[in-house]
Amino acid sequence: MKKSHIAILVGLAATVAIILTTASDASTYVTFDQAYQLASSGSRKEIHVVGELKKDQLGEIIGIEKSPDHLSFSFLLIDENKKEQKVHFNEPMPADFLRSEKVVVIGHYQEDLFVAKKILLKCPSKYQEEKLNASL
Amino acid sequence: MHYFIGNLGHFFVIVSFVAAIVSAFAYARAINQENPELKKDWLTNARIAFYIHTFSIIGTGVVLFLIIYLHYFEYHYAYSHSDKNLPLHYLISTFWNGQEGSFWLWMFWQSVLGIILLNTQKSWEAPAMVVFALVQAFLASMILGSVIPGLDVKIGSSPFILLRDALDDPIFKMDPDFIPVDGNGLNPLLQNYWMVIHPPTLFLGFASTLVPFAFCLAGLWQKRYTEWIRPALPWALFSAAILGLGILMGGYWAYETLNFGGYWNWDPVENAVYVPWLVLVASIHTMITYKNSKTALKASIILVVAVFVLILYSTFLVRSGILGDTSVHSFTDLGLSGQLLLYLFFFTAMAVFLIIRSWKEIPTTHEEVSTYSREFWIFLGAATLCFMGLQVLIPTSIPVYNSVVESFGFTSNVAPPADQVGFYSKFQLWFAVLVALISGTGQFFWWKRMERGTITSDLLLPVLLSLLVAVVTASVSKVYNLAYGLLLFAGVYIILSNIIVAGRVFRKNPSLSGGALAHMGVGLMLIGILFSSGYSKVVSLNNSGLLISKQFSNDGNREHLLLYLHEPELMAGYELEYLGERLELRDKDGFIKRSEVEILGQPGGGKSPTEPLDAIAQNDILKSGKKLYSQGDTLRLHPENIYYEIEMRKNGKVEATLFPRLQINPNMGLLASPDLKRALGKDLYVHTAPLVRDTIIWSEMQEVRVKKGIEFFVNDYVAMLEDVKRIERVEGVTLDGNDAAVQAKIKIEGERGSYLAEPIFVILDGSQVGRIFDDVNDLGVRITLLNIHPEVEEFTLGVETRQKDWVVIKAMEKPLINILWLGTGVLMMGFTIAMIRRFKDFRKGM
Repeated sequence: MKKSHIAILVGLAATVAIILTTASDASTYVTFDQAYQLASSGSRKEIHVVGELKKDQLGEIIGIEKSPDHLSFSFLLIDENKKEQKVHFNEPMPADFLRSEKVVVIGHYQEDLFVAKKILLKCPSKYQEEKLNASL
Repeated sequence: MHYFIGNLGHFFVIVSFVAAIVSAFAYARAINQENPELKKDWLTNARIAFYIHTFSIIGTGVVLFLIIYLHYFEYHYAYSHSDKNLPLHYLISTFWNGQEGSFWLWMFWQSVLGIILLNTQKSWEAPAMVVFALVQAFLASMILGSVIPGLDVKIGSSPFILLRDALDDPIFKMDPDFIPVDGNGLNPLLQNYWMVIHPPTLFLGFASTLVPFAFCLAGLWQKRYTEWIRPALPWALFSAAILGLGILMGGYWAYETLNFGGYWNWDPVENAVYVPWLVLVASIHTMITYKNSKTALKASIILVVAVFVLILYSTFLVRSGILGDTSVHSFTDLGLSGQLLLYLFFFTAMAVFLIIRSWKEIPTTHEEVSTYSREFWIFLGAATLCFMGLQVLIPTSIPVYNSVVESFGFTSNVAPPADQVGFYSKFQLWFAVLVALISGTGQFFWWKRMERGTITSDLLLPVLLSLLVAVVTASVSKVYNLAYGLLLFAGVYIILSNIIVAGRVFRKNPSLSGGALAHMGVGLMLIGILFSSGYSKVVSLNNSGLLISKQFSNDGNREHLLLYLHEPELMAGYELEYLGERLELRDKDGFIKRSEVEILGQPGGGKSPTEPLDAIAQNDILKSGKKLYSQGDTLRLHPENIYYEIEMRKNGKVEATLFPRLQINPNMGLLASPDLKRALGKDLYVHTAPLVRDTIIWSEMQEVRVKKGIEFFVNDYVAMLEDVKRIERVEGVTLDGNDAAVQAKIKIEGERGSYLAEPIFVILDGSQVGRIFDDVNDLGVRITLLNIHPEVEEFTLGVETRQKDWVVIKAMEKPLINILWLGTGVLMMGFTIAMIRRFKDFRKGM
């Protein structure tokens, strides 16, 4: 064994150890029900929930409540199991929020409210227009 | 409909694809040809094919540019990425707004590099160009857009498809020749001068990693295991400089344009270029070691191959759509995943095969590396860089892991770390400390033979000096965090040790100082990053604010601040005041107040969203004493940009007046960009929240009876009726002999200057009464002249109020960020000096 080989092995072991110990930092994609169970079992871990904004029959988004000082807002999100949940976001509404097709909320439950620390939006139309807004 | 130009473009793509394959084939034949006559013929053929290939790529680019420049919106590319109002430099940016254009850019650079190699390399030309031409063929196939007959498999996505073929819109059934009047416009994020130069730089960096890779494979293939390093090293330095510059330009762009408040977000797309760059830097170090002491050849081969494979992997990550939910700036999926994977596997397999085949034959040294040798330190540093990359690479690949697991029929729900920045920073910080300490120490070993006995005396001075500087800096700037303190020490240490080394080397030969300079640059960057990111302070911290619900009493620290017009707020030692909306003139420089103009029409109302807006000046518009427009002039405005003037004061002194911007494009959505106040010590950084105004709601009207010259209050402002005058003309009303009109002049004292409200009262035919109110937008006041009581010389005014104009902002301090930019410059200078030296060596045959 050469010294350089030992150095590589030690480094590799250290890096693998770091990655393994941080495996718990990796989040998970869950549904609201699972997220609720996690929170009620005492976990404060932040998880990802994917969902869509609640809309009425006409396709209008409903259930958005803005705080009077415009600094935070809450909305209704429907997850993949069709469960509806009120989500609070302690920051102003992100640009394109109302245009988004899918919303990923990262955060955890506080009692019956899901508090998002971060919101990711999926707006495909931003990069590729799907419909032609034109008439003859 | 312009069919010819698209067909021509498509033809060029096909020619470039075929010519690349022909060139690769001819070069391969030339290598194995014993007969010198035939060999020469094959070489000539191969070169001609590569020139044709390059010419076709240039032709493709010219055609695509013409389609965009001439606004041929029947083409999908022009329609989706450009519009008629973009200035020329942004028309160039539209090139890399789409995947196809950025593939083109990559190919273009590689063909240029290929031409350079073709003319400068003698014995390396044929084998290296085989690799080059093959890579080019793969890239050309990405924009081929041809369907293989019989198989029904589409290869690539062509930038020359017609809109009607790309979009399934009913309008094309009615009229197949329909051409939209205007395009969709360029993503506002890309409407920034950095976006004109950042992608070309980055792609030149990407393209140049192919050069060392091609030499390495050529060396393995031709069994010239040791010689390839000589031509590859200067190119590796070139590549590291350009790729590094490209990455940092991207960071600078993000800092200026995006509003996450920084230059680096550990986004998967950023990580995907960061990791290959680290490995590239590691490979440069092992290659230099090899040139000096014939060790680390195998390590160099593996690292050079790894860099290129990582570039291909990152291309796959960014362009296949696999990042999906996890990244904000990945491209749309063009259905190229299969092709991209093939590209990745083909060259990985080729490299792995060649390495395995020749592994036993690659010369290695068998003597033990001493801890006191420079090779040991370089090796240690290179290994640390690789592990540093690995720590980023693995979590970034979580989406890949998910899809691999899912493709085998299992489910996987691992998500990337919720707090990306925190997660990566906390480990990368320690790697950075290690790298800095190792390379600082390594420099002494590199330039001087170290012995067991003298080592302490050699290292003592720099270590003590760095400790002193670090401790003083830490106490002055209040760095009380152990990890940050260590990083500060490591940063200072790498700078000081390299200054000492550079001092020695520079006297002997200035052209050798590239390495020392580059390392100093890294030290400066580390210190800049430490302060600007670690001690970035939110100035607009709002911990006094209203609580929305009692449940969140512990979440009261909010980083945004609501500012009402002219109502200063005190925050973190600053007084912030919102001074109003500003619009940008289209034909002259500068901002004007929204209240100074009447805008005709709505942004994007029926027309293109980027069509300039017409407006009429309400008063003379002055700019630093000069008159830009007179009252009543028509002027043109930028429709997409609204600026919010924010004044930041400290102890009553104006520290900065900032104009953060909100870009509104109905097709692309909203974008808030910050404004910066740059200073030597720290930057002030302010951006607005991307809010849309609600509809205005006026309060119920309150009546006040006033006399001329007596003060009264309007919405808490002091006001006074100055005069009521008869007027002869009223806009929109025809007055004849039986009619009368009067106009009141009410002066209202605002926080900054006074305003005039001039409501009108009209009596038609002696009995019918008309009232025209007047708004003072800045104060949120509307005044109507309700009644006149001539007998007591009193007037009844109707006062309505609304919420004053407001804006939500976030303000930050970024200390010492200029050290980061300075370090970047120093690093680039170091790379350049080293590169010039190695190119000279190469020419001398060293």
